[in-house]
Amino acid sequence: MMSYELIGISVLWLFLYGYLIVASIDFGAGFFAFYARLTKQDHLINRLISRYLSPVWEITNVFFVFFYIGIVGFFPDTAYYYGSALLVPGSIAVILLAIRGSFYAFENYGSKKNLVFLFLYGATGLFIPASLSVALTLSEGGFILKQGETVSLDYWALLSSPLSWSIVGLAIVSVLFISGTFLAFYASRAEDKPALALMRTYALFWSTPTIIVALTAFIYIGQHNDRHFQNMMDLWWLLALSVAFFMVAMWLLYHGRRYGLAFICVMLQFFCAFFAYGIGQYPYILDPYITIQSSATSPSMGMALVIAFIGGLCLLIPSLILVFKLFLFDADYVKGKK
Amino acid sequence: MAIDTVLWSKLVTGMTLAFHAIFATIGVGVPLMIAIAEFVGIRKKDPHYILMAKRWSRGFVISVAVGVVTGTAISLQLALVWPNFMKLAGNVIALPLFLEVFAFFFEAIFLGIYLYTWDRFKNPYTHWLLTIPIVIGAGMSAVFITTVNGFMNQPEGFLMDGGVFTAVDPVQAMMNEASFSKVFHVLSSAYLTGAALLAGIAAFTMLKKGVTAYHRKALNLMMGVLLLFGLLNALAGDVSAKFLAEHQPEKLAAAEWHFETEKGADLVLMGWLNAENEIIGALHLPNFLSFLAFGDFNAEVKGLEEFPQEEWPPLLVHYLFDLMVGIGFTLLALSFLYFLFVFWKKRNELNKWMLRAIALGAPLAFVGVELGWFYAELGRQPWIIRGYMTVEEAATSSPQVRLLFFLFLLLYLLLGTTCVLVLRRLFRLNPVETELEKGIGKDKKTEKGEPA
Repeated sequence: MMSYELIGISVLWLFLYGYLIVASIDFGAGFFAFYARLTKQDHLINRLISRYLSPVWEITNVFFVFFYIGIVGFFPDTAYYYGSALLVPGSIAVILLAIRGSFYAFENYGSKKNLVFLFLYGATGLFIPASLSVALTLSEGGFILKQGETVSLDYWALLSSPLSWSIVGLAIVSVLFISGTFLAFYASRAEDKPALALMRTYALFWSTPTIIVALTAFIYIGQHNDRHFQNMMDLWWLLALSVAFFMVAMWLLYHGRRYGLAFICVMLQFFCAFFAYGIGQYPYILDPYITIQSSATSPSMGMALVIAFIGGLCLLIPSLILVFKLFLFDADYVKGKK
Repeated sequence: MAIDTVLWSKLVTGMTLAFHAIFATIGVGVPLMIAIAEFVGIRKKDPHYILMAKRWSRGFVISVAVGVVTGTAISLQLALVWPNFMKLAGNVIALPLFLEVFAFFFEAIFLGIYLYTWDRFKNPYTHWLLTIPIVIGAGMSAVFITTVNGFMNQPEGFLMDGGVFTAVDPVQAMMNEASFSKVFHVLSSAYLTGAALLAGIAAFTMLKKGVTAYHRKALNLMMGVLLLFGLLNALAGDVSAKFLAEHQPEKLAAAEWHFETEKGADLVLMGWLNAENEIIGALHLPNFLSFLAFGDFNAEVKGLEEFPQEEWPPLLVHYLFDLMVGIGFTLLALSFLYFLFVFWKKRNELNKWMLRAIALGAPLAFVGVELGWFYAELGRQPWIIRGYMTVEEAATSSPQVRLLFFLFLLLYLLLGTTCVLVLRRLFRLNPVETELEKGIGKDKKTEKGEPA
């Protein structure tokens, strides 16, 4: 019988992974929409993007809140440490998320063709992953100052660390890579040749920096937190799998076939890397202050949350399948006929 | 310095909640109105009601966007601005917070489907069925989040041991004694406000452009809902007052400026206090407070003197309470008068003054909701978890919170004005008449895959 805190962190990690994928598609799409507008190619892809995003943008946002509420629920200490330290970067992320979410709705359901809205939507799409990735950097330890009961963020250590910059870089390029691959797949489903050609170029372009920055970040983790690095080295087969999936995705994209499979490979690539990273961090949530065991909530609350999880997922999974059926795998809708 | 950051923390959270409350109320109240309109439309085969549901949902989704992003802001601010509170209370309130996100998730999924499937089903009731999970999801997220607030007012379901909560019973914490009256009042007032808003818009349009069949139907429907929820809301208010008298007497006493414990207490309306806390210029209703609190004109009501003065809520809450109750009764009276005119043929229910009053009712209802929340929250000061943790102990110690106040203020100004501008554009450029002419079944926009 697995302990409830381990179930908790595993499910939450899965949710964070889910957010990583859906949010990347969303964030990247915003940037591509804006970039295509600047290079006068927007007529090719804008409709494609808005057809996919309009019914699901709100769901993406909930994934994030879900993870956040889950982690402070299972591990209330995280609220104290991360909350105190992240007051400023966290609030900036909130403000960017707010601007992005509402301006997406304003642009798509309200007034059309507003360049300012599109700019805010595109630019925030890159700043949000950058600001959210600070939380991942913090978990490696060494960026939090604790004096007595007061917890604060060591800005100088954070800003001067190559680790934090490589994680920011990784967040941004992987957003563009994931999004590019997904939109290429969506364009191929819509049988929209020009959009497909454009998205395939974007996906191929962002693949190289993704793998380079991923390796760089990995090396800097080694310099910063040896325990985490060694744990990840023990999981070398997961990392190797991740690289293998990346190669398969590249091969498929390069030869321009099976875009659906290519996107699944990209998802698996990030799945393996993300779980190797997460398992390697065990048992710490915030090195060295919070471990999974020390910060867990009371057993009765833990059980209640696990039960709520199961009940909630029984509602959510069929609903999500319905959304996918209606908007993602309905060929007529994707092609714009419905 | 420490006190200073506490004040700024309160201001940041108060501002975010006050702004969120507007959109949250729309978010809970309006889906029910959309569901009713679509149902009536399908039932009566009347395209006017279907168009009503379409137009309302189009405006609704804009306000939902702002509601979603401010809701995300407040949930993160819980940990960012009140880290000590979350560390302590997270053990007890995580369950309802979590369930709230589930309810919201559920609503988000079906709202997306609803907006994009107007013409996709053969049976019109299939599309209407999609409103049910939206209404339930919106209502349930209000229920769960209100139980969290109930817990902060009436903490239950744990033992306090050495500064931490032990022996936690999450379900009991959620079903605390404050929850029922709060949930009832929050839901009834949200539906009341949703109806008042849409009735107000219909009345306002008729004042400017004259009476049309479409707006007349909208007004009639919404005034009916307003009457129903006006009555339920008055009942909910009464249940809440009785709850306060029994469990949080200091809050009721502060609202009523009731200083001395006495039998047959007077209800005090408006007025002001002099330096010695004596009431001047108020309207006294003899023995009514006892009746309001216990259903007995001679019951004993606890006065503020029984509590240490540093635990008194600010006495200003009296005005918030009186105005909230006043607005509630005004809206109820207005809907009552409207139907009196409808059934009493000599009077025209669509006369200028009636329409003006109904149009004014929409902003008034929102003011009422805000006043009610300010009363509930200020009336619990100085506690954040009543009896266990003060607001001062819970706040962040970071001085940067002051800067954040101004950043968030800017954000809300930006969101608020843009939202209003976008909504105006949306409806100005596309009035009801043009949409009716285009024919509702063949809405051009739907074919392009945009929300109808």
